[in-house]
Amino acid sequence: MYEEYCDVAVVGAGHAGCEAALACARLGLETVIFTVSVNSIALMPCNPNIGGSSKGHLVRELDALGGEMGKNIDRTFIQSKMLNKSKGPAVHSLRAQADKAEYSKSMRQVLENQEHLAIKQAEVSELILNDDNTAIGVKTFTGCTYHCKAVVLCTGTYLRARCLCGEAITHTGPNGLQAANHLTDSLIKAGIKLQRFKTGTPARMDGRTVDYSKMIEQPGDEHIVPFSFSTDPSSIQKEQIKCYLTYTNEKTHEIIRNNLDRSPIYAGVIEGTGPRYCPSIEDKVVRFADKDKHQIFIEPEGLSTNEVYIGGMSSSLPEDVQIRMYRTVPGLENCRIVRNAYAIEYDCIDPRQLYPTLEFKKIKNLFAGGQFNGSSGYEEAAAQGLIAGINAAMSVLGRDKIMIDRSQGYIGVLIDDLVTKENTEPYRMMTSRAEYRLLLRQDNADLRLRKIGYEVGLVSEDEYNNTIKKQVCIDTEIERLKAKYVGTSEKITEFLLKNNSTALKSGCSLFELISRPELDYEITKEIDDERPLLPDDVKEQININIKYAGYIDKQLKQIEAFKKLEKKMIPDDIDYTQISGLRNEAKQKLDLFRPVSIGQASRISGVSPADISVLLVHLKSRR
Amino acid sequence: MQITDTIAAISTGMNNAGIGIIRISGVRSFEIASRIFRTVSGKQIKEFESHKVYYGYITDKEIIDEVLLIALRSPRSYTAEDTIEIDCHGGNTVMRRILRTVIDNGARPAEPGEFTKRAFLNGRIDLSEAEAVIDIINSKNTYSLDNSMKQLTGKLHDKITDIRNRIKYEIAHIEAALDDPEHYDLNGYYDELSVKTDRIIDEITHMRKSFKEGKILSEGINTVILGKPNVGKSSLLNILTGEESAIVTEIAGTTRDVLEQDIIINGLTLKLMDTAGIRETEDTVEKIGVQRAYKYADEADLIIMLIDSSVPVDENDIALFDYIKDKNSVILLNKSDLPVMIAKDDVKKHTDKPVMSISAKEEEGIEEFKTFIEKMFTDGMIDYNDEVIITNERHLILIDEAINSLNEVMTGIASGMPEDLISIDLTNAYYSLGAITGEKVGEDIINEIFSKFCMGK
Repeated sequence: MYEEYCDVAVVGAGHAGCEAALACARLGLETVIFTVSVNSIALMPCNPNIGGSSKGHLVRELDALGGEMGKNIDRTFIQSKMLNKSKGPAVHSLRAQADKAEYSKSMRQVLENQEHLAIKQAEVSELILNDDNTAIGVKTFTGCTYHCKAVVLCTGTYLRARCLCGEAITHTGPNGLQAANHLTDSLIKAGIKLQRFKTGTPARMDGRTVDYSKMIEQPGDEHIVPFSFSTDPSSIQKEQIKCYLTYTNEKTHEIIRNNLDRSPIYAGVIEGTGPRYCPSIEDKVVRFADKDKHQIFIEPEGLSTNEVYIGGMSSSLPEDVQIRMYRTVPGLENCRIVRNAYAIEYDCIDPRQLYPTLEFKKIKNLFAGGQFNGSSGYEEAAAQGLIAGINAAMSVLGRDKIMIDRSQGYIGVLIDDLVTKENTEPYRMMTSRAEYRLLLRQDNADLRLRKIGYEVGLVSEDEYNNTIKKQVCIDTEIERLKAKYVGTSEKITEFLLKNNSTALKSGCSLFELISRPELDYEITKEIDDERPLLPDDVKEQININIKYAGYIDKQLKQIEAFKKLEKKMIPDDIDYTQISGLRNEAKQKLDLFRPVSIGQASRISGVSPADISVLLVHLKSRR
Repeated sequence: MQITDTIAAISTGMNNAGIGIIRISGVRSFEIASRIFRTVSGKQIKEFESHKVYYGYITDKEIIDEVLLIALRSPRSYTAEDTIEIDCHGGNTVMRRILRTVIDNGARPAEPGEFTKRAFLNGRIDLSEAEAVIDIINSKNTYSLDNSMKQLTGKLHDKITDIRNRIKYEIAHIEAALDDPEHYDLNGYYDELSVKTDRIIDEITHMRKSFKEGKILSEGINTVILGKPNVGKSSLLNILTGEESAIVTEIAGTTRDVLEQDIIINGLTLKLMDTAGIRETEDTVEKIGVQRAYKYADEADLIIMLIDSSVPVDENDIALFDYIKDKNSVILLNKSDLPVMIAKDDVKKHTDKPVMSISAKEEEGIEEFKTFIEKMFTDGMIDYNDEVIITNERHLILIDEAINSLNEVMTGIASGMPEDLISIDLTNAYYSLGAITGEKVGEDIINEIFSKFCMGK
C-alpha cells in the first residue's frame, strides 16, 4: 500500500474545502486537498452569484479574517449590486453575479499556486482514528493512506448523493459528478450521527432561445463596491452584464398542479423537507396557492457560455413537465433546456456534534465545514470552511483555537445556530437571525474581525495596520465632533433652515446636529471650519456611528450582558446528572450537547432560565 | 440572569409594620438613588459614607416620602454589590410608589430569591448554603411562574397573544423584505405600519390602565361575607358590585351557595364571596352550604360579618363572633333604616372587631365602609401576599417596556429611521409581551417569515 504524510487532509474542494485548505497551507502546514474531480474545484452547482442579503456579510467577514472568496469574486464577477440600499446601513448587502467557469478556474489557480498545498483527485473512503479517538489520517478508494495530524471534512452534497428529476433517479453528485459513496460507512463506524437533507436547482437554458424583450432588465450598480477590503475599488469598475425579470402565471401553476403526483417529493420518493428558503416552484404553488404569479430571474452563467440560470424555478418534476412548465413563462415560450432542474439528496451530519470551533466533540482533530454540517449556500460553506481550517491548523500548531461569537459576526451567528439549535432543513443565513445586526454591518467587518485574522496569521501586517489607522481616524473625528460647538449665528441658522432643519436656540455640538434625521456628516461640512480630509470609508463609519448612536448604544449594552454569560466557561468534565436542582429534561439536553459556555447553554431549547441559575450556582461551588 | 443590571424590591413584607425597607442592588443603584433622593443639606449620595444613615426625601415630581437612606458600598453588603436601603414610612401605597419610582429610574424588579442568588454568586454566602439557594431559586421560580400564569385570565392571555401575533406579522413582513428585497418591497409600508402600531399602542395602553386598576388581574383580596340568613348579604354584594360596575368575572361557585365576584374599592380588588346563611340546622343540604361557607371563610384574607340590627343577637351570631375572633374582619350592622335592636355597643360586648352601621336598602354608610376597607389595607390590617404583587409589578414593567418600544417605533417612523431599526423596536415589544405570557423565544419569527411570505430563489 502506498502511504503519504502531511499535516492536514481536507476532504472536498468546494467553497468550504478551498477556504480550509488555503488557511492551513498559508499558515505553513503541509496540506492535501481531495476532490472527486479537479474540474469541480470551487464549483457553483446552483445559482451563479455570491453574496446577497446577509450572505454578503459572511463574505465580507471571511475576507476580514483572511479568506479567499471575496478576492475571488472580485476577480470574476460580471455584475454587482448593493442590495437594500434604501434601507439601513446594517442591511446593505453586496451581491455579485459570477462567471461560474472563471470563478472556478481562478480559485483553482490560487490553490495550485499556493505553497504547501497539494491537490489530489481521489475519493476519500475512510477516516482513520487511533485508539484515543483522534483523527490521524484518511484512506482513498484507490488504496492510498494519508497520515496526518488533522482532518477537515467538507464533503458538501456529495455523500451518497442521489439526484431526482421526476421518475429518473441517478446516484450522482451535483451536475452529474461522481458521488462519494464510501465515506459514510466509515463515519458511522466512527460514531458520527448522520442525517439526510435535500435541496434543488432550476434548469439552465440556452440563452439564444430566450426572448429578453418580454422581460424587465435588471442592470448592475453604477458604482461597484468590491467584496474584499484588499481590492482597490477603482480596479474593478467595468462593463456589466444584465439579468432579467419575468413571472410565472396561472398556466404555469396549472401544469404544476396537474403533475404533482409525478414530483418525487409529493409522491413521497423523497422524505426530508426541503429548505424553506429555496422552495421548489412546486412548493411555492402549493403553499402559496393564492399567489397568481411568482418572480423568475434570468441570470447568465458566464461570459463564455450561452447558458442562463432560471432563478426561482427549481424543480424535481419530470423532464416533460419541466419543459412545458418553463415554456408558459413570458420570454421562455421557445426555450431549450441545456440542463434539467433536479433535486438532490445527500448525507450530512447533525452539527450539534461539533464545538463552536467546528471540531467534533467526540473525535479530536477532526473538523467539519460547509454543507456537510447541514447548511446551505456557498457563502455559509466558505465561512465554516475557513473557521474549520483555521482551527485544524491551530490544533496542529498547538495554538488556541478561535471562536467567533454572536456579537462579533454573522459567522458567529451561523456557527452558534448550527452547533446549538435543532435544524431540520439546510440552514441558510438570514439577517433576522443576527440579534446584534446593527453592529454587524458589512461596512465594518474589517473593524470587527481583522484583528483576529491578523493574530491567526492570515492577515498581513500592512492590512492590519490599515484597519487600526481607520479605527483611529473614526474615533478621533467623532470625538472632535462631540467637542465642536456651533453657536446660534446667522450663518448656522441660515444653514439649518436651508436644509429643512430647525434653528438652534442655544449652542450645540456638531455631533448632535449630525444626528438630526434631515442632516448628516457630509452636509454639515459647510458649517465645520476644521473638517479634516478623510477617506470615504472613514466618513461612512462616522456618519453611521453618529446617526444611529441611540440604537448602537442599546445594542452595545445588550452585548455587554451577553458577553458575561459567554465568558462563563463550563469545564469539560462536568457531570450534569449529578447536579441536583436541574430538571431532568435540562440534564439530558445539557449532557447531550455539552455546551462550552453558560451563554451557549442558555440557548439550548429545553434549558430554562431556572436551570441556568442552578448551573451558575453549581459552577460557583465547584471552585 | 444578567448580573449587570440593577434590581430592587420591597424587602419587608407588604404589611404595615410602620417602617418598610426598599432595597436596590447592582452597579447602578447609587446612580438611581441619587436621582430620586434629596437631602436637606444638598449632599450627594456619592459623597455619603458607607453604612451611615442619611435623612432626606424621596421625590418624583413631588415629595413621596420622608425617609432614611443607607448606602452600602460594594463589597460590604448582603449581595456584595453596591446597595441602597431606603427606610420609608411603610404603608403599602407609599412603598409601592417608591418602588415604582426606583424602577422608573432604571432598576428592574427582583425575581424571587434574586438577592440571595446574587449574594451567592458574588461569594457572600458560603458553600454549604449552595443547596439551599438552589432550592429557593427552584421553588420560587416555580411558584411565581405558576402564580403569574394563574393571574392571566383567559381574556388577558388571549389579548396579549393576539397583539403579539400582529406584531410578529409586521416583523416578518419587514424581515422578509430585508432578506429578499427583490420579492418584497416596503414602499408605502410606513403609513400602514404607523396606523397599525398606533392602534396596538392604544390597545395596550387601555389594557395597562385596566391592569393597574386591577380589573383584569384576579389577584384580589379574598373577602367572604358571612352572616345568618336574610341579613342582607346579597343586597350588600349587589350594591358593592352594581355601583362599581366593575365586575370582571361572575363565577358561580361549585355549588349554588357560593357566589364569587370581583369588585374594586378605591383601586383595591376584592374577590368577594357571598355565602349561604349560617345557622344551626338539621337540613342536610343546608348543612353542606354552611360547611362550604366556613371553608371559604377559613382561607379568606378578610371577613365581612353582616348582622341584621333589627333583630336581637342570638346564639348563631355568638358562634360567628367566636369564629372571627382570630381573623381579619369587620362587622356591619345592616338595616339601619329599621328600628335598631342591636347597637354598636351591644356588639362590642362580644368582639373587639371594628363595627359599622349601614343600610343596604337605603345605601347608607356604604362610602364610609369602602373608605374603611381601604384603610384596613393600607394600614396593613389585611395581610397581602407580596409574591403576587411582585409578579404584578413585573407584568406592569413588561407592559411599559412594550409600550416604550412601540413608541420608539412611532418616533422612528416619524424621523425616517430605516426599516431594519424599526424592526428592532418591534421585536423588543414582541419579546416584552412574550415574557408576560411566558412564551419562550425561539424560531417563531423565522417560521412566520416562511409561512406568510413566499421567499427565495
